[in-house]
Parts: sequence; C-alpha cells; structure tokens
Amino acid sequence: MEMKIKNSKRINLLNPSIIIPAVALIILLLIPKLISGYFLHTVILILMYATLGAAWNWLGGFAGQISLAHAVFFGLGSYVNACCQIWFGINPWVAMVISMIIVGVFSVLIGIPCFRLKGHYFAIATIALGEIIKTIFVNWPAAGGAIGLYIPIKDISLKNFQFYSKIPYYYIILMMYILSTIITIWIKNSRNGYYFRAIKEDPEASKALGIDLVKTKLLAMWLSGVMCAMVGSFYVNYVLYIDPEGSFLFMNSVKIALIAVMGGMGSVFGPIIGSIIIILLSEGSRIYLGGMGAGLDFVIYGLLIMIIAVYQPGGIVGAFNSYTKKRKKAKRQIVNQGIQNDSIA
Amino acid sequence: MSNIFLQILLGGVLTGFVYVLISLGLTLIFGVMDICNFAHGDFLTIAMYAAFCFSLWFGLDPIISLPIVTLLVGLFGAIVYWLLIRHVLNSSGMAQIFVTFGLMIFIRGMMQALFSANYRKITNPLLEGSFTFGSIALSKPQVVASIGAITATLIIYLFITKTRTGWALQAVSENRQAASLMGIPVQKMFILAWAIGAACVGIAGGLMAEYYYIYPEVGALFGSLSFITVALGGFGSIPGVFIAGLLIGITEVVGGFYLSPAYKYLLVYSLYFVVIVIRPQGILGKKA
Amino acid sequence: MTVLLELKDITKRFMGLVALDHINLTVNQHDIIGLIGPNGAGKTTLFSVISGYLKPEEGEIYYKGERITGKPTHEICHKGICRTFQIVKPFSEMNVLENVMVGAFHHTSSVKLAKEKAMSVLEFCGLTEKAELLGKELTIENKKRLEVARALATEPDLLLLDEVMAGLNPVEVHQAVDFIYKIHEKGYTLLVIEHVMEVIMPISDRVVVLDYGKKIADCDPEEAVKKPEVINAYFGSTEE
Repeated sequence: MEMKIKNSKRINLLNPSIIIPAVALIILLLIPKLISGYFLHTVILILMYATLGAAWNWLGGFAGQISLAHAVFFGLGSYVNACCQIWFGINPWVAMVISMIIVGVFSVLIGIPCFRLKGHYFAIATIALGEIIKTIFVNWPAAGGAIGLYIPIKDISLKNFQFYSKIPYYYIILMMYILSTIITIWIKNSRNGYYFRAIKEDPEASKALGIDLVKTKLLAMWLSGVMCAMVGSFYVNYVLYIDPEGSFLFMNSVKIALIAVMGGMGSVFGPIIGSIIIILLSEGSRIYLGGMGAGLDFVIYGLLIMIIAVYQPGGIVGAFNSYTKKRKKAKRQIVNQGIQNDSIA
Repeated sequence: MSNIFLQILLGGVLTGFVYVLISLGLTLIFGVMDICNFAHGDFLTIAMYAAFCFSLWFGLDPIISLPIVTLLVGLFGAIVYWLLIRHVLNSSGMAQIFVTFGLMIFIRGMMQALFSANYRKITNPLLEGSFTFGSIALSKPQVVASIGAITATLIIYLFITKTRTGWALQAVSENRQAASLMGIPVQKMFILAWAIGAACVGIAGGLMAEYYYIYPEVGALFGSLSFITVALGGFGSIPGVFIAGLLIGITEVVGGFYLSPAYKYLLVYSLYFVVIVIRPQGILGKKA
Repeated sequence: MTVLLELKDITKRFMGLVALDHINLTVNQHDIIGLIGPNGAGKTTLFSVISGYLKPEEGEIYYKGERITGKPTHEICHKGICRTFQIVKPFSEMNVLENVMVGAFHHTSSVKLAKEKAMSVLEFCGLTEKAELLGKELTIENKKRLEVARALATEPDLLLLDEVMAGLNPVEVHQAVDFIYKIHEKGYTLLVIEHVMEVIMPISDRVVVLDYGKKIADCDPEEAVKKPEVINAYFGSTEE
C-alpha cells in the first residue's frame, strides 16, 4: 500500500496562507480611498499598535521574556526625536534614525542586568524601569517637564515629516508595519528564530546546545527596542506633541503586551489581529461609554487577559492553529481508515 | 537639625512598617505557590474602598470596620484563588503572570467604573493630628497603622513558624508533592495562603484608609512598591520583606525630604535596580 | 591514546555538603566510560561541573589540553562537549525536526543546511518517522532518543549521557544499548551515567565509581564489581 507524498517543493499559489495576506495587503493599500478622517486615524492607530505588538512579540512571544516596558522604548523614541528637532533643529527623519540608535543602545544596556532575572523579577524590573524613566522626564524642564513638548509646525513636505492630510502618515505607518511583519517572518525562518524559541522553551537545554543566552536575548531586546523607537518617532511627528504621562503610560505597555498575546504569541499575524480588536474596543468604549468608559475598557481588557491566560494562552492564532490541526488529524484518520477498508475489501 | 533627621527617619520607619505588612501577603503567596500576584496592590484598593463604603453608608470609622474589611478582603483572596488561580497552577509561568495581571487591570477598571476617578477621603476620622514626643511630631494615624502593621506581621510570622498549619504551609512551599504525600491538603493550603495574603493587605488598607487618599490607582503605587519590596527582600522570605520594607520606607521618606519629593520613588526604584544587579535573588532570597 | 578530558582535584561544595571530593579523572579519545554509583553519589553534579552549569570550588578541568574550568556552558559546547539531562528536556512546542535543528545550528546559520543535518541525524537515531511530532507528544523512549539526537547534531567530540535508559522497559533498554554502540562506532567519546548494571558493565571500556562524592574505583568493569568498596557502596558493609 503506497502513501502519496505531496511534492512540497512546488509553491501552490492558491494556498490560503499566500492568498489571504495578499488580498489584505491590497486592501491596506487602498484604505485611504475608502475611509478618511477619524476612521483613518483609527486605522493608523491599529497599524501602530500592530507594529509595536510585533516588536513585543520578538522579545516576548519568541524569546519568552515578558516585558511590560515597551511603552518606554516607544516613549523614548518619541522624546529623542522631538528633542533632536527642538534642541538642535535636526531633520525629523534623521532624528528618527538617531532615536533608533539611542534607544537601541539603551535597550541593550537595560537588558544586560535585567536578563539575569527570572520571570516575574524581570517583569517587575520592567515596571520599575517605566516609573524611573517617567519620573526623569517629568522633572526635566528642557524636555518639557510635565507639560510636554510641542513640535513646531513647519512647511508641509516629506522632508519635514509634516503633512496636511492623514494619508501620507498612513502610508508611512503601513510601511513600518509591513517592515515589522517581514522581520517577523525572517526571524521565524532564521537560526535566531529557532534559538529564541529554544530559549523560551528551556533555557538550560539551550545552553547545552551552544546557545549564548545573554547574546541571543539581547538581540531580541535590541530589535524590539529599535522598532518601538521607530514607531515612537512616527507618532510624535504625527500628533506633534508628547508628554511623559501619555508616552510612558504603563497601560500602553499593557496594551501592547495584550495585543501580542491575544493575537497569538510568536505568530506573524497575531499582532494585527490583536490590534484590530483591542484598538476598536478601546476607541469604541471611549466614544460610546463616555466618562465611565475609561474604567470600563480596563474592565474588558482585564477580563480578556484573564480569559486568554486561563483558556487559550495561544491567543487567537493559537486557537486557529489547534483547530486546523484537529481537522487535519481527523482527515488523516479518515484517509487511513479508508486505506484500511480498501485493503480489507 | 538632628531632631528633624530623627523625625524624618521615624517617618520613614513608620511608612516602612506599612510596606512590610502589604508585602507580607505577596511574599507569602509566592513562597507557598511560586505565583507573583500582580493584582496585589489592587487588593489594597479594594480594602480602602470597602472601608470608605462602610464609613459612607454606616458611619463606621475605618479603625472600627477593620475586622470586617479584613475578613472581606481575605475572602476575596480565597475566591480569586478558587475561580482563577486554581486553573493556571500547571500552566506556564507566562500564563500565571498574565492571569494576575489581567485581574489587576480588571479591578482597577471596576473601581474606576464604580466610584469614578475622584479622590476620596474619610471625613472626621477617629484618629487625627499627631503624637508629640518632645520636638518630634508623628502623625497619629500613621503611628497606629504602623503598630497595627508590626502586630499583624508578628502574628503572621508566629503563625507560620509556630503552629501546625503554619508548618504545613511551609511544607507546601518547600515541596508540594512531598507535602501532599504526607497528607497535607495542598489545595486547602493554597486557599489559606491566598486568604491570609489578601487579609494582610486588607488590614493595611483598612488602616491606611484612616489617613490616605482613596482612588482607583492607589493600589498601583503600593502594588509596585510591594513588588519591589518582595523582590528586594527575596521572594518567599518573611524576614527579607521586613528588612526590605523598612529600607524602602526610609529611602523614600529620607530621600524625598533631603533630595526632592519628586524623586522619592525614583530613588526606591533605582535602589531596586542596584540591588538586583548585585544580588539577583534579593537580600534574603534563595538562589535560583 | 590522546587524552580528551582531564579532571584534576575537582571539588564541589553546596553549603556544608561536599558533593564532589577531589575527583581525578582522565577520559581518552574514543573511550566509553561508565559513571556509576549509588543515588546521590554526585554523578550528575560531575556532569554539571564538566559542562559548565556549576563552578567547582577547587580543581581544574582540561579539554584537549585547554583549561575550561568555570567557562560558561555554551562555550563548552563550542569546544565539543555536549550533555543530556537525566530528566529529559525536549522543546515541547517544537517538533522533533526543529528540536534537532536547534542543535544543528551550532555549526551553520543556514536553515537549509541545518535541516539537512537534522534529517540525517534523525535517520541515524531512527526518529525519521517522528519528525513532525511535537516534543511533548513523544513517548519517554523517543524523548530520550531525541535528547541524544539533539546533542549529536552539535557535532561534539565528547558526549555526556545522563541515565538515558532510566524508565525504559527491557526491550527498549536493548535498543538503547545498540544505539549507544552505534554512536560509539561513529567515533564519539562517551561518558555515560547509568544505573542499569547489566547494561553499563558490558558496554564500558572502563568504569568510574562514585560514592558520597569520592571516586572509589576507576578500572575495568570486572575488576570494579569485585572491589569491596564498590560492593560496600551499593549493598552496605559485607561484614555483619
């Protein structure tokens, strides 16, 4: 009895995992034609948080280090960008590169002591970090203090990173999101991706197989920090204002982690799925529930996190994967049964 | 000059005692079952709001309603274990972190939704003003709160080390399987740990309601501080928590006075970082 | 007869307990050495010290003449020593192929090459059909095999095998012994901790016996079983 082996070398263009993203990409490119104004702003937020979630994923979903400090990298990216522009008159794009470099170095410096910490110690350290950074900026008059910084309005141009309509901003963040997705796919199919996953599963066994834990974790941290800084730079040039409370908000770190976890830790499309749900939820509750909404969306976040933690730690993508696995298994059993029946007949 | 210093120092010590009490519950839960309760600070919030409600609805001063508040919060802790924690005992560390994390956000949101974000305070508390010893003035409610804290800490410590149930708790924290094989009802011990842990915070919250502002995020600050305290002292170590709590209270108040109030907590968090780099397991914690 | 691994006066203390007491050991290339002794004798501790998980308080370790005492584990793996664990540590959420690929990446950064190497290691270890199964879905026997396969993929010279036969039934033990012979034939040097006597004695060139952290014998198997110290360690005093 022979088993048919699929020729896996041939790329099937009708494969759903190629078709769906392709269609999604086309839709994403056409979005500004379809919606505008506040709704476009919401989509921009969604893409922003999806990118941040993807960055979180590299550290948390792949390498297994739960960070609640990602708002710090984001906020620092914003601040460095703004300060470069205001103090030195540096071009916003150059400032973006500078902020990515500085935050990259910062994330590595933070990682070195923090990675010696286990699980919850690490999470606590990231919380403490956020508080420290926030306090520093609140008490730093040159960086705007508690009031914050305004980016001066300049002539509209790509060079100045200032536009009249939201549409150019949209395409910029879309490119950043696509970049983060490409990086995620690249990580997944690279040696470091395997090493990240190994470290997450079992650090001790990983050591025995020659994996340098510190170096690998720092790489994840660095990538994560740099990406967040990029998005932070985008954000500050989009809204032209930052303040310490808003930028380093602990709840933002929570949102980012929640988006990655809910979508599915370690998955490529988890962050965008998680972001769509969370951002729609948070904007929705803000509009429709008014003042009380502020508390209520935390209630919902909290419930979601608890439910996911208890019932489906794999997030939505995880649920989808185990569903498809069960179907495949069932199909195989039917096929095998059929072969058995044939051989009896 | 030295009088002022003594006053500030004592103020820090008093603050520290309260931190010890709050963190006691956290380290107990962690010691027994290896779970870091990120919602710990929000149990404090619940305690304070409970005391507030009793004051508002029944005119009971927090000092009077303290036993009830403690009981309620302790019960809440047990319920949280039963409904939530029980299900993630065998899940990954990540799931455990997330579950208490979600609880924290849930409680915070709930309090805000129910009571609004406004700051509340008890009107006409029983304890007001200060005790004066020579030229040193110590706030009455703070003194009472610290006395309450020390007493509660001592009771808990004696309970853990001198009673059979306390030994059972210790056994479970050493080796869950062995304890269960020796006939110790592990589930009951877990419920007890959560109940006592929460009750500690309940006492602290009830006492603090006498003089502190009550708002939905109040737990955030003290929660963070309690994590720092426990991590500094070493997860699972009661003596460690005692030392760390005092250290943090003193650092906060002394540092805040001599440097700047804005940098109070900066110092505390930085202290955490410094210690954690030199000694990752905390002052009295067990090495991984 | 090149000396591969040399331990000089290795001493490891945990608080008051002396887990390893001035251990001297020489492992030559292509040896199979059985490391035996009653429970708690310090065998796994010795592995942990050699592979860098623990630092000895005293003594030195030399590998191919180079001092490796106190070096971190991943560096020791780079030098060519790879250990397995008594309680197996598969990467549960990764499948068998991916597990072995993690080991294979030790010498290449190309996914394609790592995959090829992993496939050939899987074939050598008889795990090809299981390639798609997740680590957590394997039987204990296959988990142990996976543990060894992963280690082999790092292309070590010296393999430290920690109780690979624990928990196996007699048939599986027989297969495990064949497997060990196969590995040895390929040219690897093996240091094997084992409790199953009928197994370790026939396959070892030499047997090193530990008791309470001390080395009480280092000779060939037939001699070792006759030594009174060894009998004493396992069965208590021969004198009533």
